[in-house]
Amino acid sequence: MSTAYEVTSEEEAAGRSHLRSFDRGAVREFVDRHIVPFADMYDRLGRIPDELLDRIAEAGLWAPFLSAEVGGAGLDMVTLGRVHEEVGRGCSSVRSLLTVHTMLAWAVQRWGSPAQRERWLPEVAAGRTLGAFCLSEPGAGSDAAGIVTTAVDHRGGWRLNGTKTWVTGGQRAELFLVFARTATSIGAFLVPRSTSGVSVQPIDDMLGTRASMLAEITFRDVLLDADALLGPSGFTAGMVLTGTLDLGRYSVAAGSVGIIQACLDACAAYTATRTVGGTQLRHLPLIQAKISDMVTDVRAARMLVEEAGRLKDAGDADTIMATWVAKYFASTAAARHAGEAVQVHGAGGCSPRHPVARLYRDSKVMEIIEGSNEIQRLTIAAAAYQGRAA
Amino acid sequence: MSRDVTSEVLAFIVSRFPQAEVTESEDIFSLGYVNSLFAMELVMFLEKTFEITIPNEELRIDNFRTALAMADLIGRRSADAVGIAP
Repeated sequence: MSTAYEVTSEEEAAGRSHLRSFDRGAVREFVDRHIVPFADMYDRLGRIPDELLDRIAEAGLWAPFLSAEVGGAGLDMVTLGRVHEEVGRGCSSVRSLLTVHTMLAWAVQRWGSPAQRERWLPEVAAGRTLGAFCLSEPGAGSDAAGIVTTAVDHRGGWRLNGTKTWVTGGQRAELFLVFARTATSIGAFLVPRSTSGVSVQPIDDMLGTRASMLAEITFRDVLLDADALLGPSGFTAGMVLTGTLDLGRYSVAAGSVGIIQACLDACAAYTATRTVGGTQLRHLPLIQAKISDMVTDVRAARMLVEEAGRLKDAGDADTIMATWVAKYFASTAAARHAGEAVQVHGAGGCSPRHPVARLYRDSKVMEIIEGSNEIQRLTIAAAAYQGRAA
Repeated sequence: MSRDVTSEVLAFIVSRFPQAEVTESEDIFSLGYVNSLFAMELVMFLEKTFEITIPNEELRIDNFRTALAMADLIGRRSADAVGIAP
């Protein structure tokens, strides 16, 4: 039987694993082979090994939505969402790295000057340069307008000062997309890790996505060329942040669908074999109720993500609200079902013997990142009043 | 078929801010509703509806201040399109 996920014997011998397509089956096979068996180990190690990062690069999964001219595959957003769902099903830490890399790559593609695109897009498409997104600060999370990192005009370029925290992939990334306050607005800056004045402090022992290599990054009198500024200045500068966060939210929503699917898969497998009083758990009505809710919610969440993806592909402005809704629904459903998945597994679910403990911890993170659930609800509620006078 | 670009732009603005009474020459920034989310939606709307691309150098506040200014911008960016009458 042929498969969409194929390797030649030479590639296999060389340890390479190119994807022949990005359809769900191909990506699922990649994830099942290279991620699922090792996700719990990554969680305990607190890092993703370079071997997997290289495999993702060889498979072309880092930024397949970029154009073929720069080394991408011109992937549409609906399919990209499916890719991130499948990776999220395997390991939310890996999916988190994909998310932030995607955000940087998209921002450069959408807002970069020709020189910036030429300099960085082939690098990020190939995964030779991994990206990270630097917005949150010790004193500013949901309140992005409260950031105090500054970028000041300096001899025709910029001088950057400030501290960013909770930077996913920060321990490993080579290029940072840093948001800083300028004289007129909040600007986005491309800052190579190797720039003098950049220091990276790992953050370990997080509750969830423990292998996503978080870091706190300090920028101390970092001198940048004028072309480090990404995108427009002035009133539209905020669009870089809005658009980038929107795509990050889309990825997190897709990853949350993957978490629900992983919970469902784990529970279906466990309850089909585990017995209580001589009866398989699967035959107990209360177990069936939990399974049915997982089946229903994973389908609903997936449809919401696909709707947001279709609107992105159509260039429709309604995608921003659709993405908020998808992320809110999928992340809350993931947290709810991960809790139930642990419950179904009993004491074993609290142990490292089953993946549901990791899914439970990871799912909580989904309710916070790229816009906390509280912020999402405020935004969604505001949309309900569009079309009505105040 | 000609299109009333200015009316379409105004209709989009009113769909987002129905409480605002906006005329084609009114400065939408003076109304106090414009934020980065709306700016993003507005640019996406213009690019999709009028099949144009707005490069960074055109993302200046004066190009978006009024519906008439946006119609001018659309006219410049859609020079290759046929039948669009800003």
